[in-house]
This record gives sequence, C-alpha cells and structure tokens, in this order.
Amino acid sequence: MKARAFSYFRAATIDQALDAHARAGDDARFIAGGQSLVPALSLRLQAPRLLIDITHIAELRGVRREGEFLRIGALTRHCEMLSEPLIAEFAPLLHAAAPFVAHPAIRNRGTFGGSVAHADPASEFPAMTLALDAEIEMIGPSGSRRVKADDFFVDLFETALQPGELITAVFVPLFKADQRFAFDELARRRGDYALVGCGMLATCTGERIHDIRISFFSVGNTPTRVKGTEATLIGSSLGAERIAAAQAALEADLTPPDSDEVPPAMRLHLARVLLGRMLGRLGVGG
Amino acid sequence: MSGFDESLLDDADETERVRFVVNGRKVACEVAPRETLLDCLRNALELTGTHAGCEMGACGACLVQLDGQAVHACLMFAVQADGATIDTIEGLTESGVIADLQAEFHRRNALQCGFCTPGMLVNAHELLSQVTRPSRRDIRDALSGNYCRCTGYEAIVDAIDAVAKARSERGGVT
Ligand SMILES: Cc1cc2nc3c(=O)[nH]c(=O)nc-3n(C[C@H](O)[C@H](O)[C@H](O)COP(=O)(O)OP(=O)(O)OC[C@H]3O[C@@H](n4cnc5c(N)ncnc54)[C@H](O)[C@@H]3O)c2cc1C
Ligand code: FES
Ligand code: FES
Repeated sequence: MKARAFSYFRAATIDQALDAHARAGDDARFIAGGQSLVPALSLRLQAPRLLIDITHIAELRGVRREGEFLRIGALTRHCEMLSEPLIAEFAPLLHAAAPFVAHPAIRNRGTFGGSVAHADPASEFPAMTLALDAEIEMIGPSGSRRVKADDFFVDLFETALQPGELITAVFVPLFKADQRFAFDELARRRGDYALVGCGMLATCTGERIHDIRISFFSVGNTPTRVKGTEATLIGSSLGAERIAAAQAALEADLTPPDSDEVPPAMRLHLARVLLGRMLGRLGVGG
Repeated sequence: MSGFDESLLDDADETERVRFVVNGRKVACEVAPRETLLDCLRNALELTGTHAGCEMGACGACLVQLDGQAVHACLMFAVQADGATIDTIEGLTESGVIADLQAEFHRRNALQCGFCTPGMLVNAHELLSQVTRPSRRDIRDALSGNYCRCTGYEAIVDAIDAVAKARSERGGVT
C-alpha cells in the first residue's frame, strides 16, 4: 500500500525543523530512521501533510561524555549502539540490548531517539532508559527541557513529548565500577518483538545490593518498572530464596495485557522465568 | 533563514528532482515524496532485481546497499535518498563482488523460486564484509529479517558458510 500524498522538507538545523513543524500545525511528522513511521504511513495509520526529515541535522548526532552522563544524540543508529566504544564502556546495558532490536538492515537505519520517541511498549530501548534512570532531552517551540525516563512514558505510544517537540539526546548516567547489569528477552525468533523482555541495573557492595532498577517490556501499555520487586531485593545478597521472593513479587507489579496469542498468566509466567534467570546471572557477576 | 517554503504544503503530490549514484552511474529522477526508493528503483529506473514483497520491512526482498550499508528500499522514500550512493543486486552482480556467493547459491540449490534471493545476497554480502568467519548461528541471526518461502534456509546458510570459509582461507574478503 502507498502512503497518502505529503510534502517533504529536509531540515538542516533544529531551528528549521521546529519552524517547519510550527507552520504546518499538527499535520506534520518528523522522520528519523523511518523504520516505524514508513510502515505506519504505508498502512495509512498516519497521513500527515508534511514530513520533516531530521536525519541531516548535525546537532542531533554524536555520542560523548558530559559530566556524569553519556550524551547519546537522538540520531545515533541502532547499529552504532553496537559499534560505538563509549556505549560499550559507559552504557553496557544498551550495548547488550542492541542485538535484540529488529534485524541488521533495520538497525542500519533505525535511530535511538526515534525508538524512544515512538515508545513502543515492546521495544527494547525505551524500557532500558527506565532501568538506566536516563533523562530525555527535548526541544520545542517553548525551549529545551529534560525529563526523567520515569516521567516520560505516559501510555500506549504516548509520551511527555508535546506536538512539535523534538528529542535531541538521551542522557545516561555513566556506568560505574560497583554496578552490574543484565539484559534478556524471550522471543519466538531472534529479531522479533519479544514475548517478554527485561533489563536491570544494580549497584552493589560485594554481594549486597544497594539499589536496583528493573524494567520490563512487552508486558503492558508502556515500558514497566517493577518497583515492588526491586524493593524485595534491596539490602540483601542474591540467594535462591531472595530470587524466589522477587519472582513472587512480580505478580503485583505487572498487569500483562489480554491477548489471544499470549494469555496474561502465560506472560506473567515467562516474566518470572526470565527474572529468575537474570538475577541468577547477576548474582555471579554476569 | 528558515529554509522552509510554505507553498510546499499546497501541493503534496508535486514531484521533486532527486539525484543519486546508482550502481556507479549518476542518475536523476522525478519522484513524488510518497514514492519509496523501492518504487523508484523498480519503476523509474527499471532495476527490477530489487524485489517488492511485503513493502513493510518484514520480508527482506527489497534490500539494497545505501552508502555501503544494507537497508530496506521499501522503508525509505526516494526523496530521502537524494545525494546517496545506491547499489542494487544488478550493480553488485556486474562488479563481481558477490560472484562467489552467487556461484555457491547456485551450486547448493540455495533457491527455488528465487524471489528472496536478491535480498539474501545483499544481506550475506553485508555480513561477510563485517565478520570474516561468522558462525552458523551468526548467519542465521543475520538472515532473521529475510523470508524464504521455498528452501527452508538450510542450503542458504550452507552456501554463506562455505563462502565465508573459502574467503577466509584465501585470506580475507574478496
Ligand atoms: C520488521 C521490523 C521489526 C522491528 N523489530 C523491532 C524490535 O524488535 N525492537 C524494536 O525496538 N524496534 C523494532 N522495530 C522498529 C525499529 O527499531 C525502529 O527503528 C524504531 O522503533 C523507530 O526509530 P526510527 O528512527 O526508525 O523512527 P521513525 O520511524 O523515523 O519515527 C518513529 C516515530 O518517532 C518520531 N520521532 C523520530 N525521531 C524523533 C525525535 N528525535 N524526536 C521526536 N520524535 C521523533 C517520528 O515522528 C515517529 O512518530 C522493527 C521495525 C520493523 C520494520
Ligand atoms: S518489501 Fe521491503 S522488506 Fe518486504
Ligand atoms: S527461493 Fe523462493 S522465496 Fe526463497
């Protein structure tokens, strides 16, 4: 199927992109990698009058350290999440998640900022921004602001982004020596969206967990942090009993959607299995 | 300063002139913004080796190389590719860079109808230019976005595996 007719504008700067959006009103869309937007246009789920191509805006590129954060430019491609040494060193959880995002050719075009903006509840990266306590930087007609990932994902495909606002970068706190991470997902086939997936980041002294953030995807309308489960793990080391308690706590934190393909009870079961495996690995330092 | 001309909004189907280098030749086409790169290659440039399957990014039949990387021609608009260098299966064939892959696909019957083959070859070419000696698992992972409805993949994986081995025994890529 073919997209409905639209006009196309290639922006060279953030100002140009924002200005074009303002003048087209609500009827404009930014396009980054296009790996979610183009199918949506072809299916006519969306039919904007104007497409604003942001991929040539140099200000949206680049990965660099900025104080206590790694600043990941919105246009960083999924394949760069795998190849960029700064990501591997300072945001290893994102590096671990990247091979699970779609297929190689899609990773060559899809962007980190696009994935976060799109906020698909089945996507890996939005959920990982939650586990990492990342901050999303955006700019719009009324200036620039930074929002914590905890406050960014509002509902199904709904985020704190206001119409005409552009994500410029995501700020991820630098990975530290006393931290451990784990990422895993269960999917029918590599590259498919997960039936259930999870990422976690823990701060430890020896075997003792001081702090842990655990985020699931594909289990609800938004990426989901499981705060009750996290609480069962804080202040103790990871023995079999502790892991079982965390698995039991998941039920109160997750409300999997009803679907014919994967009933809620099955998804919850898969989430427990995944959590158990990942905490087991975390306990041995993996 | 803004660069944005508001009259753009009035005629959404107005065509634009795009220029790219396709298979080593400079070309220019008139395209409407909603025409995908896939449409442009197949219809305007008559490069029908790039196949149109799902047109949703799911089957991999439309893979081409854009500035040296494999991408889905159905997941971008031709206007976005203005200024880019594109290599389709025709160009890769003419230049001989995938001749050994093609010969091995042929030798092992790694195709039946051949509909998926251009995408499989572009993908295999990309994999082997990044990883000299991928495992069978790496090969399967790399092909996860390519649908083949006839062969069951075994012969395709065998063919890529054999070429990887032969190339690394010869000491590297092509
Ligand atoms: C077959 C297939 C399988 C896939 N599998 C997976 C998967 O397993 N996991 C996964 O996570 N994803 C998957 N994807 C989606 C893919 O990863 C996309 O690349 C990603 O979700 C969107 O990024 P993009 O840069 O392509 O954004 P686009 O498609 O360009 O845009 C998506 C949305 O975000 C908006 N947007 C983009 N950039 C910005 C910005 N900087 N600021 C504000 N708004 C912006 C756009 O306006 C649009 O509404 C798959 C896609 C396909 C086609
Ligand atoms: S036609 Fe492009 S992936 Fe199927
Ligand atoms: S050979 Fe027929 S689809 Fe692959």
